[in-house]
Amino acid sequence: MRDPVVVAIAANRFGLGARPGELDHIAPDPHGWLTAQLEGPAPLIADPALHDTVYVVSMIEETRKMNRDARAHAMKAGGAMAAADVGGVNNGAIFGPQYTAEVLARLQQGATTERPFVERIVQFWSNHFAVSVDKGDLAGLAGCYEREAIRPYVLGHFSELLLAAETHPAMLMYLDNFRSAGPQSAAASHIRHAGINENLAREILELHTLGVDGGYSQADVIAFARVISGWSIGTAEGGFAGGGLPGTFDFRSNLHEPGAQQVDGRVYEQAGQAQGRAVLDDLARNPATAHHIATKLARHFIADEPGDDTVRGIARSFIDSKGHLPTVYRSVVSQAQAWEQPLPKYKTPSDYVFSMYRALQLPATPPGKGAQGIFDTLGQRTWMPASPAGYPDRSADWDGGSALMKRLQWAGQMGRRFGATLDARQLAPQLLGATLTAATRTALDRAASGAQALLLLLASPEFLHR
Amino acid sequence: MKRREFLGSAALATAGSLLTRRVVFADTAGQSRLVVIVMRGAVDGLSAVPPVGDPDYVKLRGALAIATPGAADGALKLDGLFGLHPAFSFLQQSYVARELVVCHAVASGYRERSHFDGQNVLESGGVMPGTLDTGWLNRALDSLPRGATGGAPAVALGANVPLLLRGPVDVTSWSPTRLTAVDDDSLQRVAELYAGDPLLSKRLGEALAADAIARGTAEGLAGGMSGDATGMKPPARANRSRYDEVARAAAGFLRHDHGPRLAVFDTTGWDTHANEGGARGQLAQRFLELDAGLRTLKEQSGPAWRNTAVIAITEFGRTAAVNGTGGSDHGTGTVALLLGGAVNGGRMLADWPGLSQRALYQQRDLAPTLDLRAVLKGVLADHMGVPQHALDDEVFPDSGTIRPVRDLIRA
Repeated sequence: MRDPVVVAIAANRFGLGARPGELDHIAPDPHGWLTAQLEGPAPLIADPALHDTVYVVSMIEETRKMNRDARAHAMKAGGAMAAADVGGVNNGAIFGPQYTAEVLARLQQGATTERPFVERIVQFWSNHFAVSVDKGDLAGLAGCYEREAIRPYVLGHFSELLLAAETHPAMLMYLDNFRSAGPQSAAASHIRHAGINENLAREILELHTLGVDGGYSQADVIAFARVISGWSIGTAEGGFAGGGLPGTFDFRSNLHEPGAQQVDGRVYEQAGQAQGRAVLDDLARNPATAHHIATKLARHFIADEPGDDTVRGIARSFIDSKGHLPTVYRSVVSQAQAWEQPLPKYKTPSDYVFSMYRALQLPATPPGKGAQGIFDTLGQRTWMPASPAGYPDRSADWDGGSALMKRLQWAGQMGRRFGATLDARQLAPQLLGATLTAATRTALDRAASGAQALLLLLASPEFLHR
Repeated sequence: MKRREFLGSAALATAGSLLTRRVVFADTAGQSRLVVIVMRGAVDGLSAVPPVGDPDYVKLRGALAIATPGAADGALKLDGLFGLHPAFSFLQQSYVARELVVCHAVASGYRERSHFDGQNVLESGGVMPGTLDTGWLNRALDSLPRGATGGAPAVALGANVPLLLRGPVDVTSWSPTRLTAVDDDSLQRVAELYAGDPLLSKRLGEALAADAIARGTAEGLAGGMSGDATGMKPPARANRSRYDEVARAAAGFLRHDHGPRLAVFDTTGWDTHANEGGARGQLAQRFLELDAGLRTLKEQSGPAWRNTAVIAITEFGRTAAVNGTGGSDHGTGTVALLLGGAVNGGRMLADWPGLSQRALYQQRDLAPTLDLRAVLKGVLADHMGVPQHALDDEVFPDSGTIRPVRDLIRA
């Protein structure tokens, strides 16, 4: 007979939170329920209302052209100072609707999916290879990026996911690589202000692969930046036109630094984009990367401070399987520490929203209704981390008093909306299973109204954690 | 039941309401207010406070260079060597009014270039990143004697408490809300539900205390800042600065008789790797927003400004030369701004190393000649009364050789 707490852990910590009936469905074989989700291709979001990357990049180019033309016009009329004063098109007005549609599609997916373990894995990688819409043009692209460069690859090999993320236009824009030109490149000699930009190279080493203690140096950052100079985006516009299909990855040899480079102790003599691919392949194979990824996975799925044995076990599976991600996820599921404590992690605002939607079986309201605003209200706007490191993943990062009060207020709102039709006393065991405490059950029994009971359930310590 | 009575009731005893457990500082610092503004993303100090009189400045900075004072879009004059970015009109007024000390070529002890680790060192006050999980400001509070009035001594304005304010001393966080308040009876039951969870109890207590202050502040302020039960409504005013709301909130909390004496908030958008702009452009826009926020902070502080010091700090600076994408990459030396009615201002604090190739740190960055901890120690000692031994051992561990900068605060 399975320990019933295991059932709740599978749905609420590895998944996105139980939907009513889900715990009963999982109960016969919770581990099997998790691993079965890893079979087959990753679930995609196919929503005809969403634009693809090529289209959004063309919109970005069009707005930039409008800005350039407006500035040129002002320059002719009033000189340099007038040109500098030109406000530029309103990114929010242009890309806002796409951003909203993407957030809602993703919310809908998470709220209804029967593969919530994979859905959580998608969110994990999207945050690991983070881009942020705080960089204006990316408001329309972040959703495309997650759908096209992350989602399809989460059940394959790490090296493929890595390449897809680093060659997507969103990443090349976010970390400024698309214009980066090597010092000896053809462009550097005849394009004014052309030069190298280290940002993407640094973050690949520090955040995406080896980790900050992974043993690379500033010289490696510079060399790697030269290796990936020329990793750019096809465009039809302006002085930068040329190359491949606009809005797709385009290797521009005129930006690329020619010659061999030494990165992390190895010399790379390949020409063209093969050089960068070779470096990425080696980074994917580096044990430091395995350890870094293992630590992050353990922190996300198991505990804020995972044990050394746990991390080592996951890293070992990463190395032995050559980065075969389903094998790595199975290793995470098999770690003893994962099943020792039911609710070690405090839900992030995003976790809380998805678990609420699943618990109450809410549809994401139609675009324009503002449902996406709840992420911002609770303190974690979708795809808007403050830095390329993505959103942090420890309780102390999210458990502030003011943030807690917002959750209570939203729970109160849900209570008022559904309290007359949903009986919290019936719902509680469906959501929390064996983690439901006697204290919470008593509080629900004694509630003054259906609305208050629902508030108490959704504000309970068990529902705030996973 | 009024919320205040409810907070005092026995039902909340386990929630640890901070209104029933009060804290104050020693008398000498009883009136002192401190605001710490964290500028996340590595602010370009060479643009914020351009060394216009430095012979190597213009050539290095290329398209980012600011013209000399008097020229079109030129810097605002500070002294013979330095100017302020033209966006900083309020800061210039503060300098003239002797309320601003501009620190330059300053850096923490951190010499790598990771935002993550740099901010960790900036906030933890440690020597190496990742060694401390508390902040220097919280440990500074911990070194001060407790007393008999007031609520939580510090407030973090924003959804969560940053590392800077985490630690042994209970602090509170607050941000405005657009959701309806939870009724008192339900709050009481939630508090009972949290009785077995010390962290949730504490957080709930802090949130309630902060809301009480915020509401009290909203009611008490003249000039029509009426708020709903939990929020302060910002004024209907066109062209509100990005930091207007948080600056008002900070001032509001610090004005309150039983409110906190420290406030902390974040500013962002400083990581200008591309298209930084010079006198105008992206970074200039950020400077305008910061300048407006600081002006609001002063205006809303009222008489409390006399006892207020504001310090704006960042994790490191940016490369001295413009990069290949019209911006600058991660660097080392940068600026820190110390502002307020309590500040002994109207001067630069800079031991300028110059920008020649020889003088640049690793041939790329402004070399730091002043440790940020020396400035922070000076402020904490003279403005907040933090004892010297605490500064050297607990607030900034292993920093005995770093002497506090004196005379930053008016006597």
